[in-house]
Amino acid sequence: MFKIIKKEFLSENVARLIIEAPYIAKSRKAGNFIILRIDKNGERIPLTIADANIENGTITVIAQRVGVTSHKLCDMNSGDTILDVVGPLGTATHIANVGTVLCAGGGVGVAPLFPIVQAMKLAGNKVITVIAARNKDLVILEDEMREYSDELIIMTDDGSLGEKGLVTLGMEKVIQREKVNEAVVIGPAVMMKFAALTTKKYDIPTVASLNTIMVDGTGMCGACRVSVGGKTEFVCVSGPEFDAHQVNFDEMLSRLNAYKDKEANGYSDYLKSLESVLN
Amino acid sequence: MGTELDKEYYKKERKADWRDKLRKEIKSKDRTKGVRVHMPEADPNVRNRSNIEVNKGLTLEMAMSESSRCLDCAVPTCISGCPVGTNIPKFVKYIEKGDILGAAKVLKENNSLPAICGRVCPQEIQCEAQCVYVQKLSKEGSAIGYLERFAADYERESGNSSIPELAEFNGIKMAVIGSGPAGLTVAGELAKFGYDVTVFEALHDLGGVLKYGIPEFRLPKDIVDFEINTIKQMGVKFVTNFIVGKTATIDDLKEEGYKAFFIASGAGLPNFMNIPGENFNGIQSANEFLTRVNLMNGGDVDFDTPVHTGKNVVIVGGGNTAMDSVRTAKRMGAERAIIVYRRSQEEMPARTEEIKHAIEEGIEFMNLTSPIEYFADENGMVNKMRVQKMQLGEPDASGRRRPEVIEGSEHDIDVDSVVIAVGVSPNPIIQQSMPELETTKWNTIEVDDNMMTSVPGLFAGGDIVRGGATVILAMGDGRNAAKGMHNYIEKTILAEV
Repeated sequence: MFKIIKKEFLSENVARLIIEAPYIAKSRKAGNFIILRIDKNGERIPLTIADANIENGTITVIAQRVGVTSHKLCDMNSGDTILDVVGPLGTATHIANVGTVLCAGGGVGVAPLFPIVQAMKLAGNKVITVIAARNKDLVILEDEMREYSDELIIMTDDGSLGEKGLVTLGMEKVIQREKVNEAVVIGPAVMMKFAALTTKKYDIPTVASLNTIMVDGTGMCGACRVSVGGKTEFVCVSGPEFDAHQVNFDEMLSRLNAYKDKEANGYSDYLKSLESVLN
Repeated sequence: MGTELDKEYYKKERKADWRDKLRKEIKSKDRTKGVRVHMPEADPNVRNRSNIEVNKGLTLEMAMSESSRCLDCAVPTCISGCPVGTNIPKFVKYIEKGDILGAAKVLKENNSLPAICGRVCPQEIQCEAQCVYVQKLSKEGSAIGYLERFAADYERESGNSSIPELAEFNGIKMAVIGSGPAGLTVAGELAKFGYDVTVFEALHDLGGVLKYGIPEFRLPKDIVDFEINTIKQMGVKFVTNFIVGKTATIDDLKEEGYKAFFIASGAGLPNFMNIPGENFNGIQSANEFLTRVNLMNGGDVDFDTPVHTGKNVVIVGGGNTAMDSVRTAKRMGAERAIIVYRRSQEEMPARTEEIKHAIEEGIEFMNLTSPIEYFADENGMVNKMRVQKMQLGEPDASGRRRPEVIEGSEHDIDVDSVVIAVGVSPNPIIQQSMPELETTKWNTIEVDDNMMTSVPGLFAGGDIVRGGATVILAMGDGRNAAKGMHNYIEKTILAEV
């Protein structure tokens, strides 16, 4: 059992949870993720570790309501317990002092980007961060990102905060202005696809962190497989980070929808059950 | 299996008065007139719509009658066919005597998981193949597997389950990585030696492949839990959600006082064929399909995990995992559940019994057929597969005749779900975290005769050493490793005291 120490909403449908998991707090590195299962009938879902505190023995995860499990998770509160948490999983981000690093995050992808921004900064890089969201209410981790970035650029679709436009617009402005040695892009698959196309134009080595479907997270099932440079890779053990210019994002987008109908049905049934309890 | 010492021991036990007396009660000639018992089975057209166990188990009368077929040979060749060296004639004769709890105790001398082995061991190529009936008399072997299951089930259902005798607790901490058959066996054996044993399991549930891999209709989960519970009662501690190499390293655990380690992390990396279209939706590994159904209860409305299955389901492969997958797909409502296998039925690695059960349940077999490409609809969901016919040529390195393509034999099959069951590779996590660990070119871990790896104090066994093998071979490794670990501790830690 893993106790939730603190829960707060970062936006209407995005919650930050601080969970007691001392071993994971100690072992985790930027880029690692966990798999959790809320209760005995629950599914296993992967979530990136957004932060950790070794002294308190806690890890931080950020969840967005998109399905049954993430909805339940966002409704949990401090003092509640999660049945299973396992990790840290995946290969950690390769962190080195390369000069200038452009970190771009879209939507809730800003959460997994944060530990990388933090580690890149601590490694001595100049870090320029671009975070993007549909509108100002959906922008998360602005203060945290500002603390570890030499420059923070905020992009919103409607211009309600920062500049109006997509994440790629903000990235391109930076790239045209100064030499960027490496880029890290994390967000929805579509956003990563176009962010990768943007950096490819300028030959900037780019890493993307992939959020595929997983069951065990240890290489056992292969649900998370993606094509990278024409070769099938398991995101859980060889990733989650890959050369963004080699990832077949179209295939990944399609595979993310593998259970779309079943999950949409399950989610609407769950939401109905919540309503019937309330009424 | 079996040292000279063991052979002397078996001989001495055979001379026990009660065995002598029992042997004389029926003449061997009369014993050989008996016919091998048939396992009662659930109706194929009922069981292929439910999860009820296929084999129902023998009755007491059946078991006692079958046990009287055993000739209690002076040279018990059956034992040489058992990877864990079970004293087969001794337990069988206890059944003949009517002391079933006594028989169960004998099983537990060498085997912590008899109810499991009685169900999933390939006895027909192990103990039963070495039985004098098969070797000398051209008759069906003694039904050792059925009897093992009977004795273990009888004991469990009696509520008088015994716990093996344990040496005095020595407080020395031993770590076991993985709670599958190899890990459980080592844990049980080390507990018998008196060690303070902790098993670390990566998943949220215990049992490894016994839980996520083998389906309920072949191995009920309650039985796995019962056997694990016996090991718990022997003082073994279990920690779930703990991945050694990730959550903590071997070095971290050394700092916590663990003196020796057994790696039994299994062959948890499914192979794919790397043919075009294999990453379309609706195509999954057998591990994924079975894990979603067996471990996560996918398909049950009370559980959140989705699982993909369909009306026309093809399973690629001919091993036990392929049979488990195809029979699971049938139970989940497939109208056509088809095995596509590139050799003929004769070469199939699956157990004869599993193939027989599959045929009875209405599984279709497309043998001498191999997939070459998959096609999908506009949503990326598989809807067709292209296969080609094969013929058998000269024997290859495995001794089986090599499948060769029949040119121009390509044709398409309509499918809405495909499960790939073409083998597994070793799980890479421990090896990644310990570069000093010597591995083979297949990424299995190298071990010596005592199951010790290139790192002193670090032992390994089961599929992480063998690639994909069986439950009982993993358990055999576990028994050998426990002895190796005990010797290692005696030579190092205990020698210093």
